Amino acid sequence: MRRIGATVAVAFPAAFLGVFFLYPIGAILFRGLGAEGLTRLIELLKKPSFWDVAWFTLWQAAASTVLTLAVALPGAHLLARRQFRGRSLLRAAATVPFVLPTVAVGGAFLALFERLGLADGPLHLTRTAGAVLIAHVFFNVAVVLRTVGSFWEGLDPRASEQARVLGASPVQAFRWVTWPQLWPAVAAASSIVFLFCFTSFGVVLILGGPTRATLETEVWRHAVFRGDLASATALAMVQLAAVVAIVMVTNRLQYRRAVVQQPVRRIAPPRASLRLLAANLGLLATVLGLPIVVLVERSLTRGRSGGGWGDWTFDHYGALASRSVLLPASALRALGNSLLFALVATGLAVLVGGLASLVVVHGRRALGRAFDLGLMLPLGASAVTLGFGMLIALDEPPVDFRSSKWLVPVAHALIGVPFVMRTVVPTLRSIDVQLREAAATLGATSVRTRREIDLPIAARALAVGAGFSFAVSLGEFGATSFLPRHPDQLTAPLALFRLLAQPGDALRGQAMALAVLLMLLTAASVLAIEGWGRRGAVRGDL
Amino acid sequence: MGGGLETPGLKVRDLSVVFDGMPVLNGIDLSVAPGEVVVLLGPSGSGKSTLLRSVAGLEKPVSGEVKWGDEDLSGVPTHQRGFGLVFQDHALFGHRDVAGNVDFGLRVAGMPSAARAHRVTRSLALVGLDGFESRRVDTLSGGEAQRVALARSLAAGPRLLMLDEPLGSLDRALRERLTSDLGSLLRRIGMAALHVTHDHDEAFALADRIAVLGGGRIDRIGTPDEVWTDPGTVHAARCLGHENLVELNSAGECALGLLGVGPGTVLVRADRVLIEPFPGDGELTAEVKTSSIRGGRAVVVVDVSGVMLRAWPRNVLAVGDRVGVTLGSGAIVPLKS
Repeated sequence: MRRIGATVAVAFPAAFLGVFFLYPIGAILFRGLGAEGLTRLIELLKKPSFWDVAWFTLWQAAASTVLTLAVALPGAHLLARRQFRGRSLLRAAATVPFVLPTVAVGGAFLALFERLGLADGPLHLTRTAGAVLIAHVFFNVAVVLRTVGSFWEGLDPRASEQARVLGASPVQAFRWVTWPQLWPAVAAASSIVFLFCFTSFGVVLILGGPTRATLETEVWRHAVFRGDLASATALAMVQLAAVVAIVMVTNRLQYRRAVVQQPVRRIAPPRASLRLLAANLGLLATVLGLPIVVLVERSLTRGRSGGGWGDWTFDHYGALASRSVLLPASALRALGNSLLFALVATGLAVLVGGLASLVVVHGRRALGRAFDLGLMLPLGASAVTLGFGMLIALDEPPVDFRSSKWLVPVAHALIGVPFVMRTVVPTLRSIDVQLREAAATLGATSVRTRREIDLPIAARALAVGAGFSFAVSLGEFGATSFLPRHPDQLTAPLALFRLLAQPGDALRGQAMALAVLLMLLTAASVLAIEGWGRRGAVRGDL
Repeated sequence: MGGGLETPGLKVRDLSVVFDGMPVLNGIDLSVAPGEVVVLLGPSGSGKSTLLRSVAGLEKPVSGEVKWGDEDLSGVPTHQRGFGLVFQDHALFGHRDVAGNVDFGLRVAGMPSAARAHRVTRSLALVGLDGFESRRVDTLSGGEAQRVALARSLAAGPRLLMLDEPLGSLDRALRERLTSDLGSLLRRIGMAALHVTHDHDEAFALADRIAVLGGGRIDRIGTPDEVWTDPGTVHAARCLGHENLVELNSAGECALGLLGVGPGTVLVRADRVLIEPFPGDGELTAEVKTSSIRGGRAVVVVDVSGVMLRAWPRNVLAVGDRVGVTLGSGAIVPLKS
């Protein structure tokens, strides 16, 4: 009985990963490394237009990372080194943007630029690199705030106090004592942000426009728009190679970071001065809050031209229920599809991620390490590569799955599994060995111990991971944009993308209404579950 | 003083610090003259460290002033105060070697590197760590790390050195040795020092004056001799290591007889409890309850009609011995509660 259970725990996640991730990625490699594929790749590398795209992908990711650091590091200092009312609220609120659907955020920034009169004219931001950079800052502030913030909090404040006592000014103390300890965390966070920006898709597609293409959007354009699978394959190969390189660098930096961290006796941090607090919160509120506020406002108004205030109305929300010519189904039905897919994807992610976590923590060492790495891959590999791989691999025997509408939640589950594992594995590992030994000495069998001790604690971690994968599935756009073939597969982000692509006040209003609903659902699922899970002994972070 | 130039040295007047609405320090008055070693003695949580941090400018007091001579330091940031502070767990910079730690204060002051190297060598020699310049700080033992921290603070040339339980995390033997090393070093270089500890032996070994802290106030301050012979309060007596605290009833009586002081608690000084080997030779008779050797001398606890008194007899006694006890002059010290 136990053997069968163990076999299932290993086989099911392995098969899931193999069929739906490794096989599609393998298909890209197989095509790309064939004689024809290589010819195409060489042709591609000779085109100046490719180098334009590659260069833009690279520099926008680098610039986004630098900008994100500039906005988030003062906030990280505030969270780590100062006390103020609403500290935990700020931490939670700043996390929300990270999980918001990229398409909805793209919509929010479109609305913001229109509201500020920056949609066109000489100072326009829409369809510029600037727009892409700002949106990337919006998403990634949370990454820096959380990873650098918590690391900074763990550094012994006495080192910098000692520097002050020895005559160093605050700037000198930071430069010579704090920074040498902090930079590995900053480097690790930067490399993650760089990876996210490098593989960013929805935001670039919406805010960058056709002239601002990255490798991701080019894969999509060639595969979906033009049906040129050979060129798309060559581009995907380049993208894969770049992502693997970035992930390797990231892992190295993560390792260095783990070495530096040390336990510390706490001193109560000083209160934040009002000026410091106001400057920081003002900046964060502007970057993170303003787009959302304008989005909500835009979804509730009508009849504006130029920038004046319109009339308040709920019509845009009402219109979501009716069918429009642009969409194969009503926006509301797309939202329904999204919720259904998110439920199925979450169930799958919890099942696969939960079993895999057990294998990682309790299974044989080599097997555990393979699972840990393998199931994290979908998080690193770009969603577009995944979607493209599924597009070319799963629509013909031996695995003809593309006509099934359930391929969408399967793709989402692949992306959700890492989130489940990232919360469950550290929690399972943290369950006190003594607790388990105590149970054993009290006569509990190993199965019983697992049920009575591990399960209740792991359940909360599973729930937190589930909340994240639910939110991720609701907003997933990169992989999904390659898959649907019929109305049943239309998800809310896809519908939103099509609405945003069209001009016209009413359509724009509808798009904003849909974006608001999508954001609300996403934010609510993460905040509710996280608030509950954090009260338990849940460890781990993204 | 009457209008003349004030003498240099640290002067803390009416200093109060509040954390989250809770007073931690409550109207502290304290001074340290140049070359003087003042020890702050008190249990953990009595606000000793907070007082040091306030003097260093790392905590902001709600009221009161910190001055050096007649220079008011209230608005002066930490790095311009010219005070050194050695933390309990030494807070060495892990990313620098020993020399890199010791010359930190000189680098921020912009001293040229040749002069820095010279000063580092001298500072390390002062604490007995010659040749340690290129050692990594994570290869140092606890005592070595603490001496590097001391050398680092001394190298910067402070006008006042503050030490926050610098020996607290070391084992007893090492602590005693370093305490005596520290004491002779401070006197040799004539450094003004404010030293924090909860260990009364350490306080007596180092101090020119001892200030006993309790409940955010200074309970008693004076030379070691003054505070030991007259601690003033029950709290101070306990901090200073006195154990013969005896409750008197409302008539001022206890089993020792009428002691001639009012009701409350009195201290019976262990050095004035005179033990006579023959019961008949003392004013009172007693039985030896425990007997041991501490710090190389005999220590006993005797039972005088139910009152337990610690005493230092000239000879080693056995448990169960009957002895005579005489309370010498000044043995009874009244205490405020």
